[in-house]
Amino acid sequence: MAEIILDKVTKRYPDGALAVSEADIQIADGEFIILVGPSGCGKSTMLNMIAGLEDISSGELRIDGQRVNEKAPKDRDIAMVFQSYALYPHMSVRENMAFPLRLAKVDDATVKSKVDEAAKILDLTQHLERKPANLSGGQRQRVAMGRAIVRNPKAFLMDEPLSNLDAKLRVQMRTSVSKLQKQLATTTVYVTHDQTEAMTLGDRVVVLRGGLVQQVGSPQFLYDNPANLFVAGFIGSPAMNFLPGTLENGQLSTGLGTLALSDRVRTLAEEAKAPREVIAGVRPEHFEDAKLMDESAKAGGTTFTATVDVLESMGSDKFAYFTVEGETATSQELAELAADSGSTETGDSGAQLVTRLSAASTAVEGQPADVWFDADKVQLFDPSSGKNLTYAG
Amino acid sequence: MAVIGGSTTGRKARWTFVDIAVVAYALIPVLWTMSLSFKTAEAQTDKNFFPSEWTFDNYKAIFTTDQFVRALVNSIGIALIATLIAVVLGTMAAYAIARLDFPGKQALVGVSLLIAMFPQVSLVSPLFEMERQLGLFDTWPGLILPYITFALPLAIYTLSAFFREIPWELEKAAKMDGATPAQAFRRVIAPLAAPGVFTTAILVFIFCWNDFLFAISLTSTEASRTVPAALAFFTGASQFEAPVGSISAAAVVITIPIIVFVLFFQRRIVAGLTSGAVKG
Repeated sequence: MAEIILDKVTKRYPDGALAVSEADIQIADGEFIILVGPSGCGKSTMLNMIAGLEDISSGELRIDGQRVNEKAPKDRDIAMVFQSYALYPHMSVRENMAFPLRLAKVDDATVKSKVDEAAKILDLTQHLERKPANLSGGQRQRVAMGRAIVRNPKAFLMDEPLSNLDAKLRVQMRTSVSKLQKQLATTTVYVTHDQTEAMTLGDRVVVLRGGLVQQVGSPQFLYDNPANLFVAGFIGSPAMNFLPGTLENGQLSTGLGTLALSDRVRTLAEEAKAPREVIAGVRPEHFEDAKLMDESAKAGGTTFTATVDVLESMGSDKFAYFTVEGETATSQELAELAADSGSTETGDSGAQLVTRLSAASTAVEGQPADVWFDADKVQLFDPSSGKNLTYAG
Repeated sequence: MAVIGGSTTGRKARWTFVDIAVVAYALIPVLWTMSLSFKTAEAQTDKNFFPSEWTFDNYKAIFTTDQFVRALVNSIGIALIATLIAVVLGTMAAYAIARLDFPGKQALVGVSLLIAMFPQVSLVSPLFEMERQLGLFDTWPGLILPYITFALPLAIYTLSAFFREIPWELEKAAKMDGATPAQAFRRVIAPLAAPGVFTTAILVFIFCWNDFLFAISLTSTEASRTVPAALAFFTGASQFEAPVGSISAAAVVITIPIIVFVLFFQRRIVAGLTSGAVKG
């Protein structure tokens, strides 16, 4: 159990590359914190610095109020779960889990009871005498977790622990990791590139981009109030829709037509001294099939008509895809996100719009549909800086 | 099942023929030597592959002479000590080369490769002079030292390849589990590198065991003469008789430790020991 504080922690490689730049993060005792970002954003480097596997170039790392910059990993009392699990292949599951205790010179009886206890929690009791090579991916993952929990460390560090599992198992393990963390109430730092894991697991999420902390906050807060375009585009699946727009007298003109901003949005935008040219962001669930709504409900938004390109029925909802004519929203941050998700190659003309409609929607593929969206939920971003102009934090 | 180049049986037959040819090419001289070692002195030149009359006289003869037994002890002692030292030093050097980035690493690797390429025969005369000056001539260390020198590059190269195969993350995991670098090496890396260490040990041992050049040049008496060199000093029953039978018998005898060594360590060279360490 411990509080971990990163105070302007920076990692600069000898070749001058900056991996992490002045990260300031306070991790409370027992908190489950997620470091998330696209590959190369410095999240693993940050984790390795907390672990002690990489030196800290400048800044200070404190665990329980004590500076640990110069401490070797073994003296930090932190356990780590690796992406590859890093199980010792020549040892049985029991020996793997007992290894940290043996190194700590714990007596045999205690080792046995602690390993048995951990095995019970992780449902590994019947596999204790097997070698890692004879285990399935999920079992190996659990052994790696077991090795981390046996010695009650001050904190757990997890480096994409679920990314080698298949999709179904990943969802199961995600729940068990979450349960385990609640049960043990040990401070946990979890690295992932998967925004779903970030949203579902953490008490708080740290979004990183190019070594810079973009935003820290609870998953819901990040979702509702992204600090900039990058966070807005990274958090949420399907991603937020971005459209270039022009702001004039409280009216926003986009490829979807012109709408009057709500007072709340307009005030925020004015306070932030919004430029004329903006990028408007609307989450898919803030759209609705206009036919399903009465006139009074429609008052707070705008209705547009467009042809449905693709309609995906998920049972509970329907996802309708439209093409918005005109310019695509462009910014460096959006380009980076697109490159990370590999969507630069789709080659669609115009902007793709994803909307989540109620299952009762009568929209038909290839036919025009009337779609309403909530003007109060529109977020405005500065195209040059990426800053959220309607940030209500 | 489609097989490139004809039917399966035809393919099998061709490969069987090739295999037999290779094995025969390699083994016939060995079998011939064995045959000679079991022949009586009179039958040595009868040109028969199988001895008409089997005898163990040649073996009895070499083991009754002090010359051969003494040489065998020298060979085993020198080869084992040289192997041990070369493998221990090689393991440490290879680990450093595989894992660390230190100044002069490339130079070190380059120099060790240079030593391996250096023609040994050109070093014999200087070594002879140096060892006489230092009093190492005709002693065990006088052979062990050059053997280590020439076996080390071999050991470093084979071992660093093995170390590179061991996932880096295992060591990080050991560190996180509370191990000192020495503990991580001893309890995680060394057991995993064992197959590589044994393979290297076999290669180095064979190199030391088979050496003739240094053995003949740097020894003068039974004090340190190894078997390959001692064979040259065998004498027949009379000066008109070549000691073909004894030499053959001795040659067969010195092959046995190699076979034993390989068979003994082969069981430990278990492939895929590292499987299951990472991913799956």
